[in-house]
Formats: sequence, C-alpha cells, structure tokens
Amino acid sequence: MRKHGPLVDDLRAALSPERVRDGATELSLYRRDASNMEGATSVVCLAESTADVQACVRTANDHRVPFVARGSGTGLSGGAVPLDGAVVIATTRMNEVLSVDPANRHAWVEPGVLNLDLSRQVDVHGLHFAPDPSSQQTCSIGGNVANNSGGPHCLAEGVTASHVFAIEVVLPDGTVTMLGGEDPEPDGYDLRGVFIGSEGMFGVATKVCVKLTPNPPTVQTLLMDFMSVEDGAGTVSDIIAAGIVPAAVEMMDQLCLGAVEAYIHAGLPVDAAAALLVEVVGLPHGVAADVDRIEELARHRNVRTVRIAADDAERALLWKGRKSAFGAIARIKPNYYLHDTVVPRSKLPAVLKQVYEIAARHELLVLNVFHAGDGNLHPLLVFDKREPGVMARVHAAGDEIVRASVEAGGVLSGEHGIGLEKRDMMPLMFSPVDLAAQQALRSAFDPHGRANPGKVLPSPATCADVQAVPEGAWI
Amino acid sequence: MDLTEFAEEIGDTGPVTIGGLATRGGPVDGVRPVMAPVGIESIQADEMTVRCGAGTPVAELDDALAAYGQCVAVPPTGTVGGALAVGQSGIRRLGYGPVRDVLLQTRYVSARGEIVKAGGPTVKNVSGFDLCRLLVGSRGTLGFLGDVIMRTRPRATYEQWFTTNDDPWAIMRALYRPTSVLWDGSTTWVLLEGDPRDVADQAVAASLVASDPPGELPNGGRWSMRPSDLASLRGTGRFVAEIGVGIVHHELPAPVHRADEAVVELHLRIKEQFDPTGRLNPGVTVLHGAH
Repeated sequence: MRKHGPLVDDLRAALSPERVRDGATELSLYRRDASNMEGATSVVCLAESTADVQACVRTANDHRVPFVARGSGTGLSGGAVPLDGAVVIATTRMNEVLSVDPANRHAWVEPGVLNLDLSRQVDVHGLHFAPDPSSQQTCSIGGNVANNSGGPHCLAEGVTASHVFAIEVVLPDGTVTMLGGEDPEPDGYDLRGVFIGSEGMFGVATKVCVKLTPNPPTVQTLLMDFMSVEDGAGTVSDIIAAGIVPAAVEMMDQLCLGAVEAYIHAGLPVDAAAALLVEVVGLPHGVAADVDRIEELARHRNVRTVRIAADDAERALLWKGRKSAFGAIARIKPNYYLHDTVVPRSKLPAVLKQVYEIAARHELLVLNVFHAGDGNLHPLLVFDKREPGVMARVHAAGDEIVRASVEAGGVLSGEHGIGLEKRDMMPLMFSPVDLAAQQALRSAFDPHGRANPGKVLPSPATCADVQAVPEGAWI
Repeated sequence: MDLTEFAEEIGDTGPVTIGGLATRGGPVDGVRPVMAPVGIESIQADEMTVRCGAGTPVAELDDALAAYGQCVAVPPTGTVGGALAVGQSGIRRLGYGPVRDVLLQTRYVSARGEIVKAGGPTVKNVSGFDLCRLLVGSRGTLGFLGDVIMRTRPRATYEQWFTTNDDPWAIMRALYRPTSVLWDGSTTWVLLEGDPRDVADQAVAASLVASDPPGELPNGGRWSMRPSDLASLRGTGRFVAEIGVGIVHHELPAPVHRADEAVVELHLRIKEQFDPTGRLNPGVTVLHGAH
C-alpha cells in the first residue's frame, strides 16, 4: 500500500480520504491552469464547505506549506498554478446558488458556481450577473472574484468588483470572516474591494454576495465593417466622446473575421479590415436614438455596411462569431497565446499597428479580437509549437506587445490578471515604492505568505532564489 | 503647489492632517494641516477620464466636465479628495454606482512622505492589488491623496423627479433602472433620466406624478442598512431611505455596528503597515474598535 506523507494524512483526517487526492494523474492535472505554465502540487483537496476550506488552510499552516485556491482552472496568467508543492484547494464542488433576492437584486452563491449557470438560474427573475468573460460557460464565480474578471458587457457595467457586495473568506491564517456586507457602506476600509482581484493571495472566498442586473427591455446589436482599422477604432472613440456608453463594443480584425466565418458561416464581412460589434441596451427610445447616432458617427468614418440583428437568433449568431474566435483559430494553427493589455482608446490604431509589426518581425500570425470599447486588447498569437524555436519568438513578441501597450499609456492587464505570467513585468508600471505598498497590503492579509505565494509581486532582487519560475513561464 | 511640494510638506515625521473645504468635518484639530494640489490637469472626453489634483473642488470639476457632457459620480460638495477619502456616495448611487468605483489611479503621499502610485490610467485595469479601493473611504488614515484619475460618465441630457404613494419595492419592479428611489415611510420619490419619451412612458407605467426633488434630507445620522431591511424603518423617526441601495438619511445617529474581531485585526495590521507611527490624521477612526 502506498504511503502518504504526514501532510496528506492530516488533510485526510480533516476532510475525508476520498476528497484528498495525491495520485499521479490528479497531481498532474492540477499543476496547471489554462495558461501554458506548469507548477507542482503535493496534494489536491476537493472542498465541499467553508469548514473544509478552513481545515485545509489550517492544516497547510500547521505544516508550513503554501496553499492555492482553484476554481475551474480557466485562468490565463498562471494565477492558479501551484508553486513549491502547494496544497491545491479546489472549490468546484461548492457550486450551490444559496439564495436569490429578486426584489433587492442580489444572490448568495458558493465560489464554484459557474458564471453562466448563475445568470441562467436568475433569468426567471429577469436578472443576470453582468461580468461575462469569454470563458463564462466554464469559469467560476470564485475565480471571477480572484481575478476581478471582465468580459464584453463590462464596458457599461464595470468588472466584477462592481458586482460583489460581500465575500465570506477564509483568511490565510484559517480565520473565517465576512468582508463587505449587504449594506452599501459597511464601516471601515473597503476590504471587499481589495480582496477582489487579489488573485488568491489574501485568502479563499467561500461565499459571495453578488449584485444582479436587470435584463434590458430593448437590445440592439450592430455589426459594422470598415476598410481600415483606423476607421473602426476611430469610430469607437467617437461613440464614447459623443456620450454614448454601449453595453459592448467589440472589434475583430480581418484575419479573425476570416477564421470565424470559415468556422460558423454567419455571413461576416471577411474582406473588411475590421468589424465592430456594438450592442446598445435600455429603453426603446433611448436605444433607437443611440443606434441612429452610432450609425451616423460610423458613416463619418467611412463605414462600409451596417448590419443590425433583426431578431434574437441573428443577435445570437453575431455573438457566436465573437465568442467562438478562439475555437476558430484552431483552423489556422494548432496553438495560440492570448494576450491581454489595455491602452487608452485613442491609442488603439497606433498600438494595433505596432502589434502587427511586432508579430511580422517575429514571423508570427496575429489575430485581434477584443473589447475595443474599453481599450482592452487581446492579440492572439497563433503558431504550431512543434516548430523548432517558435516558443522563443512567441514569448519575445508577447513581451514587446505588453511593453508597447504600457508605453502608450496603458496597463499590463485588463482582465486576465498578473499571476505568474506578468509578475516580473510589474516594474514596467510600478516603481519599487509602489510595489512596496502593494506588498504591505499583502503582508497585512498574509504575514507568513502562505496564500498562493510567488504571484503578482516580483521578488525583490535580494531573494530572487525563493521561487523558481516554472518551465514555460513567460516573463 | 505640485505633488512634490505636497509630499515635502507632509514630510516623514510628526502628526499631520489634511484639509480641504471643510465640508466633511475638516482637518483634525490641533494637528499641522496640509492641502492637496488643486486644479484640473486634463479632461479626456473620448477616454471618459479626468485627471486633477485631489484638492480640486468638486463643483469646479463638475463645471468643467459639463462642457463635455460628462460628470463624475461623486457627491457635489467639497473637494475631490475629500469625497474620495470619505467614500460616501450621493443619492444617485442606484443609477451611478458607488464612489469607490470612480477612482482609477491616484498618486498619494505615504506616511513616509513618499509619492506612491496606485491603480492605472485606463478605464479597465487588473494590474496588481487594488490600492485605490483601499484608499477610497480610508479617511486619510493610510495616505493623503495627491492627484487622481477618475472615471467620468455621460451627463444625463434629460432628468425628472417624480413622486408616488405606492410601495417603493413595487416601483422598483415596475421601472427599468431608475437613477434614484427615495422613501420616507409613506412618500416615494423617483428620479428618472434618459430619453424624454422613455421617461414619460416609465412614469405612466408606474403611475408617477412629476414633482420637485425631496427637500432637505434628515441629517442626524447616515445609516447603512441591508436594502431588504429598509421596510423595518417605519416608526423609527424621520428618515429618507435610498431604496435598492440601503443608505438612510435619518434624524437619529446611526446605530453602532460591532465589527468582527478578524476584520478589526485586519484594520490594525493595515494601519500598522501603512502608517506605523499613526501620524496621518491622528485620532480619525474608520472602524469602531480598530484604533
């Protein structure tokens, strides 16, 4: 019979043997997320309750080993990749919607509830959860909280931090407490706000009180195509400057349009340089006025055709085009690396031009499908990893894209987070003094550094040997 | 005064307090006061962002933004820095969102007298820990805001207050995203914004009658309640409650909430990390039992 170490034995005693896994297959599965980075875990715990999570955290502390909370594992920045044999605490089994209050538009959910499942469950009340990452069919609310996730419809509604009232958390020392509250101005610092987007380094969310948003009575979806990227991007700035904040403004470039059309046959304008997918929601007269104004602004930017979805089926088809971009690119090359930066909207044309130049210089194909409305770029480098030397080019191109974005007055990440991927690029945006302040907040929550260590904050040069960056990490 | 001078004035030793227009209590008595830089640096209408000194009066900022058809979702009085540091939202929070969602980036001065940047200049950003949300509502106990970049929003081209005696929760169900719903236990006031035809249709659908906004709100205390508990306010005295939000403007002081021990402990540790000698706004309390 296989012998387990004392850590595994203690976890098995605290949970149940069936829910504490250290078989080779599980350890292999849980050592990575949806990025291309791998770490190493010593044991995987399948938590089913707050008490389970607390027991895991306490046991990890007793053994002085780090722990990493994990939802669906759809993260793209390596945030849930366990380092140094960390205990993985999976919250996927904590997937109950605990209560829904339609009158006051909030719900209490467990962290393993899937994003789209939540919206489906509250649809009967005419409500939905506004953040809608592209991975919404599989990503969990706990992961959304950890990453402060966004999505196309966050242009008007804001990202996850604007949609969470309260979080029950297990703090890094194992204490259970509540951050924020159902009331609007709880006393004290906004600890709820700082926990959201802390990438698992301030503790583990075990219950989340989310804000629910009313479904709009009127929705109009427009597909507009342009013969130049500049005209498309210029239209985005013009719409915003005109005081219109659509629910979503997405852009696809020519290569992306071609790939998606070949995949779903939605009648997309494959010969256009770029297309904008714009959605306007609200009350009927206001929506009609906004649609007219958007069409007018697009005409001034030489829009070629404007297609307005006639019904829900056509709208769904247009959105399917947007959301299946990542599946479609498999037709071009077997592998892709998806980037995530934000630039000022007015800099979109210039930065996109740089992105094309960078990709060409590294002999890579790049597709762009992104949240143009908030300047959130998602350059998608496509490649075949069997090609010798290609990974070095992919990483070099990615590095240049991030630098170009920050130099244009942008930021490192709009929704994927820093994780391991961009940890060592943080100095591009922040001085040592700025980073020390972030470290101070981390130290207040987790003085011993047990919760998901090695992420977000670059190690000071003096202790660069504390953790090795795993194979495949792009830094 | 620029940010560097502001930092030098704050220095790194001795108690110091921050003042503005004294609309939210003013600086701490008997402590050396400093004022944040004043002035609008840039308005980027097509980014929907504005950059200004934290000492800029909200009214001045609002006038400047009006020329672009935009506004910032902070209450209309005092300075920008004061509005953010106190973190209390205005009565349009139901439609505009809370003050804490407004701040994108700040350069603040720490207890060590250093200029620290928190957040980033773009409307979307998840790069690093969210120090902006830590600072909003921290009442100058962790750092003094120097300059800020804030998210703007379109200014409504048309708005109208209405009144009704119907149950405010029925009104909430009948309307699509009102900007404000206020209730004093019998009368409900509703603020609608948008296309005038939509506003008129909504008013008819919910049997609303056009009216003036509610008069001066009771100001004995600002209560923060679960929105689902607001019905229990009947009979507690004179109040106006923000339905769907949970803020209550009451004639009586707010009841004191007992904070959870772990939350108190986190506050103490954060204060210790950011201001170990307690020199910033000494005596100011953000949480009962944490100072």
